[in-house]
Amino acid sequence: MNDESTLRAGEKPSAYVSAVEEHTSVNTAPALKGAGISASSRSAIGGGISRFLASRWLGLGAAIAALALPLISSSTYVIQIAVDALIFVMLAVGLNIVVGYCGLLDLGYAAFFAIGAYTSGLLSTQFGWPLIATVPVVVVAAIVGGLLIGGPTLRLRSDYLAIVTLGFGEIIRITANNLDFTGGPNGLYGIPDFGDFGLRADIALYWITAVVVIAAVLFSSRLGRGRIGRAWRFVREDEDAAEAMGIHTYRVKFAAYIAGAIFGGVAGVLFAAHQTAISPPSFNFLWSALILMAVVLGGMASTPGVVVGALVISLLPELLRDAENWRYLLFGLLLIVFMIFRPQGLLPARTGEPGRRGRRAQEGAS
Amino acid sequence: MNHLQLVLSGLFVGSFYALVALGYSMVYGIIKLLNFAHGDLYMLGAFAGFIVLSVGAGALGGGFIALIAIMIVAMIATGGFGMLLERVAYRPLRSAPRLSVLITAVGASFALEYGIAVGFGPTPEVYPIGVQDGTLHIANAQITYAQLAMMAIAVTLMVALDTIVRKTRSGRAMRAISQDPKACLLMGVNVDRVISRTFFIGSALAGAAGVMAGAYYGKIDFLMGFIIGLKAFTAAVIGGIGNLRGAVLGAIVLGLLESFGGAYLGSEWRDVFAFCFLILFLTVRPTGLLGERVTERV
Repeated sequence: MNDESTLRAGEKPSAYVSAVEEHTSVNTAPALKGAGISASSRSAIGGGISRFLASRWLGLGAAIAALALPLISSSTYVIQIAVDALIFVMLAVGLNIVVGYCGLLDLGYAAFFAIGAYTSGLLSTQFGWPLIATVPVVVVAAIVGGLLIGGPTLRLRSDYLAIVTLGFGEIIRITANNLDFTGGPNGLYGIPDFGDFGLRADIALYWITAVVVIAAVLFSSRLGRGRIGRAWRFVREDEDAAEAMGIHTYRVKFAAYIAGAIFGGVAGVLFAAHQTAISPPSFNFLWSALILMAVVLGGMASTPGVVVGALVISLLPELLRDAENWRYLLFGLLLIVFMIFRPQGLLPARTGEPGRRGRRAQEGAS
Repeated sequence: MNHLQLVLSGLFVGSFYALVALGYSMVYGIIKLLNFAHGDLYMLGAFAGFIVLSVGAGALGGGFIALIAIMIVAMIATGGFGMLLERVAYRPLRSAPRLSVLITAVGASFALEYGIAVGFGPTPEVYPIGVQDGTLHIANAQITYAQLAMMAIAVTLMVALDTIVRKTRSGRAMRAISQDPKACLLMGVNVDRVISRTFFIGSALAGAAGVMAGAYYGKIDFLMGFIIGLKAFTAAVIGGIGNLRGAVLGAIVLGLLESFGGAYLGSEWRDVFAFCFLILFLTVRPTGLLGERVTERV
């Protein structure tokens, strides 16, 4: 599902982009030295690996593998955990827009997930809407939620956003728990799926999920490399400088936050269809924290990294079933260790380097 | 609706929040770090007290003398852990981007919570000391002696802290660092040591609140710090984050708001009410009641 450089070959970044990206690489250099391996050898190895991971063929291969999975193994167990993992990938990619690209810490991402799941669940079970028709409403609801939280807090220091989103996550969960029409602590059940198209119901849902998630991964990676993506990275690296260069930082941050909210909402629809029953405990802080871990451990702002991180974090419980608390303890410690020794994550972002190298080679030749 | 009763219970809850909010606000005031793990230090304090009680239950007997002794041990343990946390997790990142530090704090919070869950099991522990005794009647409201004693302890600790920060040499160093850490370094202030000390004091206060909560509610579990950490942050924001007297004021305001909001809207909406108030406050007056508008320098 890796697509970091799909269509990159045709792209020729401007001098402005290169300047921004050189700024990024300066920041990660000390971290590489801190790891105890000389920066040059590390970057050669890391560069090779990440170039391999960023190749468009690998992305295409991963997408084909994801689509072909039901043909390889169609056991309900495999399909079940694969859908879970794909939804988690979508959440991680959505949070990556907020945390990775724009550098805003969102600790209540599960709230948007809950908004999506509950909106589509309510409309389909209480009002009998087909699930696909609920998607536009979900998008609107997610945007409204993003406006409510982002509006007051995005003007303030980024720390405030972190803790307000944490509070927002709790508000949504407790509200769903207290209201009657959301089913209270029991939640909603009997949520329909998208239809089976003459296939086995879970395989049909798998393919729909896979297509949506692949599209989401592609879309977020394209967003990150477009004009708005450059603005996000600029704001992340130095908000004051970005403001001075004429970027409307508040609007740009808002765009990132709303984009993340929409991704979370749509993932919620998939989750509701997959689970057929949703209840408030599915959307607690643990979820938000796990999604954040997938983004941070995989590599902030790096689409391949985030996808791999999400797959690891969502599939790990299948391997370590009994050691739940140990696993979370380990995740917490890993977050600290990563931030100190490798803040760029396992598979860091490689923004635009092929283009730059290509241009230098051309300059040398001429 | 018995308003005096609501005021009394609001003041009682507010004094808990104040002890936790003070540490939040102190740390934020000095190094501009939102210590997400602060609520978990409160939880750690409760568990430290629990260990002391389980080991030395017979020797200590019951009553308030024992409670105070346990509290002091728990405060030292929690304070020491707060210092360790700062040394291991936050100090290496002092010049790192803000996002990295925030993520580290989330990791620390997570590690603390699930570390305790691994050590003690995820089920709640029953606190082996109870302080339910006589009740004082004021007009048509009532307050237990235990509540009164805990409020007294909380007020004593707050006054002590205020004296330390305003009157002593190390308090002066703390205030100086909050204004300009680089200049302090040049003037010969041992910045690292003062920050360590700040973490010790802030964590110790949270630990004291943890022991009090354990003794009062009778039950502790590894997630007990999550909500109170959020509430303490709300209190600190209401009062003006970084301002110690503001934190106490904000905590009392929050305690009263919750007490009245819970009475009128139903107690299941209490937390939602408090967090909505946080968002509202950030919209209308992000600097808090006593905070000053700080211009950020580039």
